[in-house]
Amino acid sequence: MVESRDLGTSPDEVQFRFRDDEPVDHGTVTVDSCCDQTNATAVRIEPGDDARLLLPFLDRLALVEVNFPAFTDGRGYSAARILREAGYTGELRAVGDVLIDQLSHMRRCGFDSFAPDKRLDEGDAARAFATWDNVYQRAADTRRTIADKRHEA
Amino acid sequence: MKILTGNDLRSGAVVWWNGTGWSLFVDDAVDAGDDSEEILAREEAARRVNVPYAIDASIDAAGHVRPAHIKDRVRALGPTVRRDLAVPTADRTGWDWVI
Amino acid sequence: MYQYDSYDQAMVDARVEEFRDQARRRMEGRLSEDQFKPLRLMNGLYLQLHAYMLRVAIPYGTLNARQMEALADIAEKYDRGYGHFTTRQNIQYNWIKLEDAADALADLARHEMHAIQTSGNCIRNISADHFAGAAADEVTDPRPYAELLRQWSSFHPEFTHLPRKFKFCVIAAEKDRAAMRLHDIGIRIVKRDGAVGAQFYVGGGMGRTPIIAPLVRDFVAVDQLITYAEAALRVYNRYGRRDNKYKARIKILVHELGAAEYTRQVEEEFAHLLSVGVEPPREELARIAEYFAPPAFHHPSESWDLEQLQSKAAGDPSFRWDDGFGLWVRRNTHPHKAPGYVSAVISLKPVGGIPGDATADQMRIVARLAREYSFDELRVMHTQNLLLPHVRIADLPAIWAALDAAGLAAPNMDTIEDIIACPGLDYCSLANARSIPLAQRISERFAETGRTEVVGELKLKISGCINACGHHHAGHIGILGVDRKGTENYQLSLGGSEAEDVSLAKITGPGFDEDGVIAAVETVTDVYLGARADGERFIDTYRRIGMEPFKEALYG
Repeated sequence: MVESRDLGTSPDEVQFRFRDDEPVDHGTVTVDSCCDQTNATAVRIEPGDDARLLLPFLDRLALVEVNFPAFTDGRGYSAARILREAGYTGELRAVGDVLIDQLSHMRRCGFDSFAPDKRLDEGDAARAFATWDNVYQRAADTRRTIADKRHEA
Repeated sequence: MKILTGNDLRSGAVVWWNGTGWSLFVDDAVDAGDDSEEILAREEAARRVNVPYAIDASIDAAGHVRPAHIKDRVRALGPTVRRDLAVPTADRTGWDWVI
Repeated sequence: MYQYDSYDQAMVDARVEEFRDQARRRMEGRLSEDQFKPLRLMNGLYLQLHAYMLRVAIPYGTLNARQMEALADIAEKYDRGYGHFTTRQNIQYNWIKLEDAADALADLARHEMHAIQTSGNCIRNISADHFAGAAADEVTDPRPYAELLRQWSSFHPEFTHLPRKFKFCVIAAEKDRAAMRLHDIGIRIVKRDGAVGAQFYVGGGMGRTPIIAPLVRDFVAVDQLITYAEAALRVYNRYGRRDNKYKARIKILVHELGAAEYTRQVEEEFAHLLSVGVEPPREELARIAEYFAPPAFHHPSESWDLEQLQSKAAGDPSFRWDDGFGLWVRRNTHPHKAPGYVSAVISLKPVGGIPGDATADQMRIVARLAREYSFDELRVMHTQNLLLPHVRIADLPAIWAALDAAGLAAPNMDTIEDIIACPGLDYCSLANARSIPLAQRISERFAETGRTEVVGELKLKISGCINACGHHHAGHIGILGVDRKGTENYQLSLGGSEAEDVSLAKITGPGFDEDGVIAAVETVTDVYLGARADGERFIDTYRRIGMEPFKEALYG
């Protein structure tokens, strides 16, 4: 399986996953290929790609990988939110230079699986995912914000 | 000569390579010569000093080590506008050459 | 002023513990400096020339006496007894140890303060008109909107790795006292037909490519403010340049796309986000605004107006009207919306001093005065001064006497002694030349010769490198320090303004050494004094006669 994988991460490389369904176990295609092929179910977004090009195909996609070649490049956060705002419910996987201190923000932007280049310390990661009891902004998660809680009836 | 400098990881203080460790006093700096790269890599990896680097320097007639660039001369002494906070050293002539 | 509730407090407390963990991992060697740097920067911790530097946010420049005392305590406990107030209404400590940083942040958190997002490529501290809530000419207090933005921007999950740093400024008057149009986003709160809304100016900034922000939208309804900001940021996060850090600010994106195309993209994203629903509930702004309700001002009959003050002082030498007090009242007070009140500027620009520096003892004196005379409220001004926003005119004699005794009564607001200067090569690892010694010598020279008064309003701003933290592009006179073959060299520029008459300064010509640039500043003020018409400020004369006469005098 791994040999045939030209692009993308395998389920083995996923360190954290917050989904119950079976992970997609075949390679991803580029955004361009995804728009050309009618049968692709897994796609990989690079920082310069426009995530909105995928919106017509969300129904058939089961996995979207968003690559972070460098953790300092934050375009993938917007890509993730755009997909979730458009109703994408499949797996959204952060891959590449994914570090402990990005996990909680990525989660809020809609990522539900994580395949870091370098495996992360489990304890540090658990702490990072649990960092924020409350949040100020509305985002791709369904959490009620602090302002919402302040004004509930 | 080439001397090595950086900032201490825990305190942030300006430090100078004295041949075996890191000193607060520029006058303790030694010529690292061709070993600079190796020492820098080792010390960075040991996580004692933040981003150490090599600079040009000379020794004056009185034996004081004088970094070549103005920025490192300011680092060696402290802010020129707060001499009361200067690095405590016996070299009172430092302020004559810093700028 | 705003007070944290249990949610706000929990957020800053959690952040302190998160940072404590990060610092621990760094000191244990589990994080490299490359990995740790963006994390410490998000918490305001820089590595400067001599040590770590901690930049503490003072949101929209507002703080109370207890908070100022906490800042004084931190200066003594973790630093060397002083702090430096900055042009973005923050305070910086120059000598913080990494091993103490989490403790210092915990002390801040106990007093409802933090250093969150005071650095890094994220949304920075929100600045505002320092006279907010006091100025006679404001439409409304801009700070509730700034606080709403503060909460929205804190730990924003999408916008913590932007192409570059991002600075907001909020004002609510025609007069601009906060360099609003030289920010990434400048917001002016306006009233139209009774409705409150926001003008959005996007893509301004200083640095190596100074640009005045164009107006992108003339009216955003106040209950869509956050949604519009989110749209403006999302377009920037997606399309701002990341290939070159010198072209990564939003001003370059807006400039390269053109304001019209950038606006079109923002409007499209805005329409989408309105359908998603990211705006906080309407009641939230109302909740915040309650904290900024005007204090219970005394009835005018319990104070004096400025004429009464002057006539009382004329008959009583104990007022020391001619011994500095009169000049201070004239120069350092600002009209207030409540009769019988003024705002009083506490100058951190003593002649020959370091602009913006205050000792722990001075901070405590200022705190006491705020508690006693200004409804427990203080401001940090973008001019690196402090402000007592609401003081009774009848209390000015007592306030001035206390300030004078503490070396805080320099009567020089908006004069050539009121110099903005970045820390420069004395502290900053980016600097090419020193800024502070120039400021010291220029203020001494003009004070000694008595020309400060003759010249009147003149805004002199000094930066020690192209990053322009000293706002030299926006100075009536600007000075930029450069490195010329290993020695300090200074470029002079003229004609900038950061006020409502915003303009960018132009370089006069070849640079000068330290003595030369001080002489050059005197030369250009000579030209001004020789040419000025009645009532003209330096900037007015410059705009009327142009650069040539100044060049002629400098290089002719």
